[in-house]
Amino acid sequence: MHLAYPAVLAVLLFCTGLYGVLARRNAILVLMSVELMLNAVNLNLVAFDVWLRDALHAGQALTLFTIAIAAAEIGIGLSIVLMVYRNRGTSDVDRLRDTAEATGPTGPAGPEDTAPDGAADATDPDATAAAQKAEATA
Amino acid sequence: MTLAAAAPYGFLSPTGVEVSFLLVGLVTFAAALVTVTTKQLVHAALWLVVALGGLAVEYLLLTAEFIAWVQVLIYVGSVVVLLLFGLMLTKAPIGRSPDADSGNRWAALTVAVAAAATLVWVVVDAFRTQWIDLDAPQGTTAVTGAMLFQHWVLPFEALSVLLLAALVGAIVLSRKADAKADAKADAGTGGAESPADAAGPADKERQR
Repeated sequence: MHLAYPAVLAVLLFCTGLYGVLARRNAILVLMSVELMLNAVNLNLVAFDVWLRDALHAGQALTLFTIAIAAAEIGIGLSIVLMVYRNRGTSDVDRLRDTAEATGPTGPAGPEDTAPDGAADATDPDATAAAQKAEATA
Repeated sequence: MTLAAAAPYGFLSPTGVEVSFLLVGLVTFAAALVTVTTKQLVHAALWLVVALGGLAVEYLLLTAEFIAWVQVLIYVGSVVVLLLFGLMLTKAPIGRSPDADSGNRWAALTVAVAAAATLVWVVVDAFRTQWIDLDAPQGTTAVTGAMLFQHWVLPFEALSVLLLAALVGAIVLSRKADAKADAKADAGTGGAESPADAAGPADKERQR
């Protein structure tokens, strides 16, 4: 088999996952895209291991370890997402801007600090209720 | 190695394995594209099953059969189920959600297409004269077991410790800080039974 087939497929899958990580808003969809990127790397590891005929089969061993670490990662990541959802009422990564630096010439106390939250609260009653709950329970 | 040295193979006469790899690869790539672009969150998880299963078939075609079955067991079996549980517990909308993509979609598309073009060019230019010899299977269960328990025992055991740590960490993260075990059980069943008010019982329990 031509080596370019698995290599190109891995590249395409990796870039698909890259697009998903950058473009998705829900944190769980971001985790799915991370899984796609990890699988692209696994395909590369297996293909090059079979190509090189490594005596230790380092590529396949590393693939197994990567799969296990990805399972651990998805468990920890989902529990973090659930905790964020429980505390904030949303799992959209765009709205989790508490530690974002204020941009623009207005300085750190500019309106950018409060404007996104205010807009989100005004447009989304669920977010308002969840924010109130979060404040009440904090 | 030059192109003439690779003459026994041929660019224009693909073998059956290559054709199978290409077709399954197209299905896998299409499923991955749908996964990252669909507006329905549950459909994204289900298309991810197709992509991961297609990758398992690719591992089989590369004669790494043990990895293929591990892929089916762990990814298709457990990771996707975990993702579906996560979607359910965060009250993901069932129908189309118009805000599934963030505002920087075009920047992301630019970055992804540029990275894909660059990497495809580099990879094809580097490996266009290399061929994988698939005559002898490289990843049977016997071979995998021998290499895993002869040469990779120490990383294997370290990995089991890491999995235990991840398990304990996930439990610690997902239990509430000041709630008792029965409160946790109440919140869990309440959230699962009434998805319209999943966050309500938890917060009420905390306020008590």
